[in-house]
Amino acid sequence: MPDLLIELFSEEIPARMQGKAAADLKKLVTDGLVEAGLTYASAGAFSTPRRLALSVEGLLAASPAVKEERKGPKVGAPEQALAGFLRSTGLTQDQLEARDDKKGQVWFAVIDKPGRPAAEIVADVLEQTVRTFPWPKSMRWGDGTLRWVRPLHSILCILSDEAGAEVVPLDIDGIKAGDTTHGHRFMATDAFSVTSFDDYAAKLKRAKVVLDASERADHIWAEATNQAFAQGMEVVEDRGLLTEVAGLVEWPVVLLGKIEEQFLDLPPEVLKTSMKEHQKFFSVKNPKTGRIEQYVTVANIETADQGATILAGNGRVLSARLADAKFFWENDLRIAKAGMQPWIDALSSVTFHNKLGSQKERIDRIAALAREIAPAVGADPDLAEQAARVAKADLSSEMVYEFPELQGLMGRYYSDAAGLPPEVGAACEEHYSPLGPSDDVPTAPVSVAVALADKIDLLTGFWAIDEKPTGSKDPFALRRAALGVIRLVTENQTKLELLKLLSFANGVISTAIRRFEDSKLEDYLKQASQDLDIPVEDLRAAHSKAKEDAKQFDDSIGSMFRYFRMGAGARALLGMNLDEMPFVKSIRRGPDLLSFFHDRLKVFLKDKGIRHDIIDACIAMPNNDDLTLLVKRAEALSETLKTDDGENLIQGFKRANNILSAEEEKDGVSYELDPDPKFAENDEEKALFAALDQAEATIKPAMEQEDFTTAMAAMAKLRGPIDAFFEATQVNSDNQIVRRNRLCLLHRIRTICGGVADLTKIEG
Amino acid sequence: MAEKLQKPRSFQEIIMRLQSYWAAQGCAVLQPYDMEVGAGTFHPATTLRALGSTPWSAAYVQPSRRPTDGRYGDSPNRWQHYYQYQVIIKPSPPDLQALYLGSLEAIGIDMKMHDIRFVEDDWESPTLGAWGLGWEVWCDGMEVSQFTYFQQVGGHDCKPVSGELTYGLERLAMYVLGFDDGNEMPFNDPDAPIPLTYGDVFREAEAQYARWNFDVADTDTLLQHFKDAEAECARILAQPAEDPKTGRRIVMAQPAYDQAIKASHLFNLLDARGVISVTERQAYIGRVRTLAVACADAFVQTKAGGYTPENAA
Repeated sequence: MPDLLIELFSEEIPARMQGKAAADLKKLVTDGLVEAGLTYASAGAFSTPRRLALSVEGLLAASPAVKEERKGPKVGAPEQALAGFLRSTGLTQDQLEARDDKKGQVWFAVIDKPGRPAAEIVADVLEQTVRTFPWPKSMRWGDGTLRWVRPLHSILCILSDEAGAEVVPLDIDGIKAGDTTHGHRFMATDAFSVTSFDDYAAKLKRAKVVLDASERADHIWAEATNQAFAQGMEVVEDRGLLTEVAGLVEWPVVLLGKIEEQFLDLPPEVLKTSMKEHQKFFSVKNPKTGRIEQYVTVANIETADQGATILAGNGRVLSARLADAKFFWENDLRIAKAGMQPWIDALSSVTFHNKLGSQKERIDRIAALAREIAPAVGADPDLAEQAARVAKADLSSEMVYEFPELQGLMGRYYSDAAGLPPEVGAACEEHYSPLGPSDDVPTAPVSVAVALADKIDLLTGFWAIDEKPTGSKDPFALRRAALGVIRLVTENQTKLELLKLLSFANGVISTAIRRFEDSKLEDYLKQASQDLDIPVEDLRAAHSKAKEDAKQFDDSIGSMFRYFRMGAGARALLGMNLDEMPFVKSIRRGPDLLSFFHDRLKVFLKDKGIRHDIIDACIAMPNNDDLTLLVKRAEALSETLKTDDGENLIQGFKRANNILSAEEEKDGVSYELDPDPKFAENDEEKALFAALDQAEATIKPAMEQEDFTTAMAAMAKLRGPIDAFFEATQVNSDNQIVRRNRLCLLHRIRTICGGVADLTKIEG
Repeated sequence: MAEKLQKPRSFQEIIMRLQSYWAAQGCAVLQPYDMEVGAGTFHPATTLRALGSTPWSAAYVQPSRRPTDGRYGDSPNRWQHYYQYQVIIKPSPPDLQALYLGSLEAIGIDMKMHDIRFVEDDWESPTLGAWGLGWEVWCDGMEVSQFTYFQQVGGHDCKPVSGELTYGLERLAMYVLGFDDGNEMPFNDPDAPIPLTYGDVFREAEAQYARWNFDVADTDTLLQHFKDAEAECARILAQPAEDPKTGRRIVMAQPAYDQAIKASHLFNLLDARGVISVTERQAYIGRVRTLAVACADAFVQTKAGGYTPENAA
């Protein structure tokens, strides 16, 4: 049972790609081997900046020979059928066997597939793997055509067993496989040969290369925390950075350095971000002061001066960076303390989207929305509007220009520096949240109002210009925004009439778009003047007259009037088209955007284990724009359906509903009258009357209080009486009075259950 | 070896050592291109010569201008005029990394004492329609060079691939010479009868250009120059390949490319004057790219670009 060792040695592989590349190498090679009949006992993949390695143990020495039997056409079948079979098997007719089958004699092909030696299979599989490797980005080099993430220099590929190691013969575009590799770029420059994986890993270590990325990461973390601990410090944990740094070194050497005193008053997030993004440093905190005072850098080399030169160099680079950051911070603070107005003004020259105007205009809309939303979330409308107006001011600051990931957070610092209320500062920081399904949701009312306004403006805006997400494309992250709204509303248990809010937001955005389009009027006029050879002044006069006429209706209805008064010629002239009119668009998009929310809600609740048909049953009910209500209803229904009674009730309900619907259709009437218990013929029927009365008495007040759990429990209790009723009773009695009464009884079941959720949507 | 490791003493000594190192590696040591460019890559010795199949190997200093980086000579590490050292070899040799490291040793960086790292950094020039994969090279956490394998230039696949090295000379020199403020580093030998610092040479001009770039340059004129360069580039490229006077085939890729370079620098000046909005920016970059791509299309129709009557399309 030989072992296989592969190493692909290249120039530096980007750190972020190494982990997946090692996993891909393992999967592609082992899948290829197994598919060719070479099974194995175990496999492990490794990566360093300069190499991907794969060790496969307990491989078959050769793939087993296989005898494949295939059944062909009947003996005496048409010529073509036999010819086709021969072609597909690669045999001649005299190599076929005629065998007895149930329906007579049939041709059989017996194909012997001899086994292939492991080396041959490995060579094929590895070549295929290298040529089709799924790098996120790959390149060519020199005058070759081979693609790899960076130039590929050598391939080590050996099969080894007790007898020794043999190189797998392989040549990919002039790169011949061998049994040699290189160690560390600077600390061990000579090539060496290896005979097995153990030999490889051991010799690499001697040549100053730690093959296993997790071993490097563990070493870095242990060494960093030890050195910090010795000075009474703590390293700030950052798994992502640790993985990245482990991918930047083959021989990690951890160095602890001090941040210059003059920079220690910078906000800790600024220190952390600057050190991480630019230098890949870990932050080191002093638990006594709570400040970040030192850093850990990881070098790739041991030096005679124990890294003193390296550390000094890194320290100088850091000081230069932090001097920039300090400069930004101090400039920013000056503007913040004076009230941030220049930043807000500057946002009017920053385009948000070429059809939706500037960032400043967007902020105006968010402010209007935040004010509108405030009462529903328990926030002070003035405070909400104020917060919305400054929430994005930090986008103009130098610090956020340098470190975009600090947006929001810097907003809080600057809002505080401006002396604004703490609620405003919190909203600056939190209004982007939640950014994902597991991100924290803000709970402070002002933050919630601004966060909702931010997202609803985004959604209605892109809806208005018809930039909706399609398939996998969602360039403006609208799905994330909708999920954000859902989580903000439901996790804060907010009662929000979403439709009303969306229509308000539509009004805001339509006005804005109209204003924006008006600003483009001059361009239209110029174009039209050229095309029609009418002076611009005449066109402008005609246009303002048309506008004047419709002035008193300066809302979405107004634009409809304007449209029709203008006449077809003027409309064509101004490039207006009924479908493009804001009011038509807003009418069309109202329910559309709500159903987008419902779709996102389905995904959201599905992740919480609530089936999509349950959600559909709740969406079909009134007030479905109250997301909190909708979720409560869906959760209660989901719980109810998990009980035995609940599950069976559905069957009973459906039976009642199906019979009723069928009879209604047949008779052309609906049986909505109150059924009368005096026509009940058996005990089960009488019991159902009583049970329905009882259920209704519980369900009605519970529903009024939106207590779905109680309502649905009461509904589930109907299961027994309904089942018993159907067991004992034939609905379609010959006595027409009894029949009609029973159908009315079924109607009551439909009404009572249907008032809780639309159970017809439940599957199964 | 010991002599090699001796530290250079001035900015110009670093340049001279790089020149002689790359000359020894067989590069043609060229002089800077005589036009205003934003980076060494714009030199036709890189942009145009990276196209087509003809082998090429050159090294040169390129004075470069980024008007928005002007700080009136007050910044320790930012100037609107600065130097890049550029090496371009086609096809990229298999030992290019080793050659590069040799150049660091040549300017006195001891590989046994410093931490040299190749950190992913993919290069893209939207104005040149060019991109490549490679790294920024770190020395003790400081970015000292850009190392790129060109994959596409002017919209053309690079076949063969050129290897490009770009050294930011000021930053590199500050590191090697041990200065935190670039203006203070010696430009010539510090023991020369008249020792000059980098600031002595450039500080005054930096202030003058900063004032002109930011506040004085006439934007209407710049805009007109931009349009003129654009039109002239198109006009040059619209000429038939055969020259009516000499009867020879002369595709004027490089004169056209000069106009593209001009347009690019004029755009940078307009940008520094703050008259280009965020949305317009993309449009301007697209216009310059259109020129660069057209010049690249023309260059591959020249002999230097690999054109032969046999392979003519």
